[in-house]
Amino acid sequence: MLNIKVLGSGCAKCTKTAEIITAIANEKGIGISLVKETNPEVIMDYKVMSTPAVVIDEKLVHWGSIPHRAMIESWLVG
Amino acid sequence: MLQIFSDLASWLTFGVMSLDPNTKLADAIHFFIEDTTKIFALLLLMIYVIALVRASLNVERVRDYLAGKNRFVGYFMGSGFGAVTPFCSCSSIPVFLGFTSAGIPVGITMAFLITSPLINEVAVLLLVSLLGWQFTVIYVLVGMSVGMLAGAFLDSIRAERWLQSFAAKALEQGQAQASHDNNEGMTSTSMTLTERHEFAKGETLEIFGRVWKWVIIGVGLGAALHGFVPDGWIEAHLGDGQWWSVPAAVLIGIPLYSNATGVIPIMESLIINGLPVGTTLAFCMATVAASFPEFILLKQVMQWRLLAIVFAILLISFTLIGWIFNAISPIL
Repeated sequence: MLNIKVLGSGCAKCTKTAEIITAIANEKGIGISLVKETNPEVIMDYKVMSTPAVVIDEKLVHWGSIPHRAMIESWLVG
Repeated sequence: MLQIFSDLASWLTFGVMSLDPNTKLADAIHFFIEDTTKIFALLLLMIYVIALVRASLNVERVRDYLAGKNRFVGYFMGSGFGAVTPFCSCSSIPVFLGFTSAGIPVGITMAFLITSPLINEVAVLLLVSLLGWQFTVIYVLVGMSVGMLAGAFLDSIRAERWLQSFAAKALEQGQAQASHDNNEGMTSTSMTLTERHEFAKGETLEIFGRVWKWVIIGVGLGAALHGFVPDGWIEAHLGDGQWWSVPAAVLIGIPLYSNATGVIPIMESLIINGLPVGTTLAFCMATVAASFPEFILLKQVMQWRLLAIVFAILLISFTLIGWIFNAISPIL
């Protein structure tokens, strides 16, 4: 079970990012728990300035854009 | 080179649709076709080229660059980077906090955030193609000055007193450890040409997808003004740059929320119809830079008092800009 957080202040790209990750995880049958984190204070604590950003098990893996499919697959499987 | 868009519009309007060139309708349709085709072609080409060049510039780099800079260099660089760095307005808050927690003074951060919506590559491109070089240079200089002066003013009144407490704490911590222990790895990027191409392609599609409807709306309104407001009406009523017309334009501009892309075609039409340059600039800048949705977002990091001050600064500076340009434009 991967704990995934999508950081971002609720913009369209952040919602999209969360949707894509959920879709790919479902497709591969991987269990995840995904939270959309919009609190600026929390986002700051991860030292993120460009959203959307993705945190997996408390590790920042991506920021600044909607991640590509291949990237998401590597996080989920890897 | 841009003549071809005018020819295309003439061919479609007078040839294909066989409208009488002397009618208001033909005039409006010609304006609409010429401007939309020209803007779309320029946008696609130029966004790609510019994105290619600036692919490796991002807010993280700008932060590292601004951290620990001398204040006056900081206002200038903050405002300059605000003009050229791509970032989506939905990232304003994380950017604000990122700069703040790196110990960058509030004024420099605000110079960045205020200049950013006013000046960007799309705005400059549209200004050059619709209103010419001279006007564009003025616009850019004025936009940067507003950012720099507002920033300097905010620092001089110690605006950091009115940040939300967690943001104020982050600023203090950032300034305490002003040594350069940057987040390595987040900023070191050297890109290959293929990566740059991929980035530029993505940017072009993304920006174009976002702004094309604004262009249609903006040019559509511009065309309506162009074709249907009686000739000389604007000139007769507002053409002398009556003093009250400037604050009125600013007040009308604020609740209208648009980005620069949508407003510039309207500016073109207003100026052609005889609205003085200063009044037009004031209206345009108020529409672009001061919007309620964005201010509500800033509430997350600022107390009401600071928010109100920033808002007032923008209103006053746009009004002053309008007056000054109305006064000097006859001699330009």
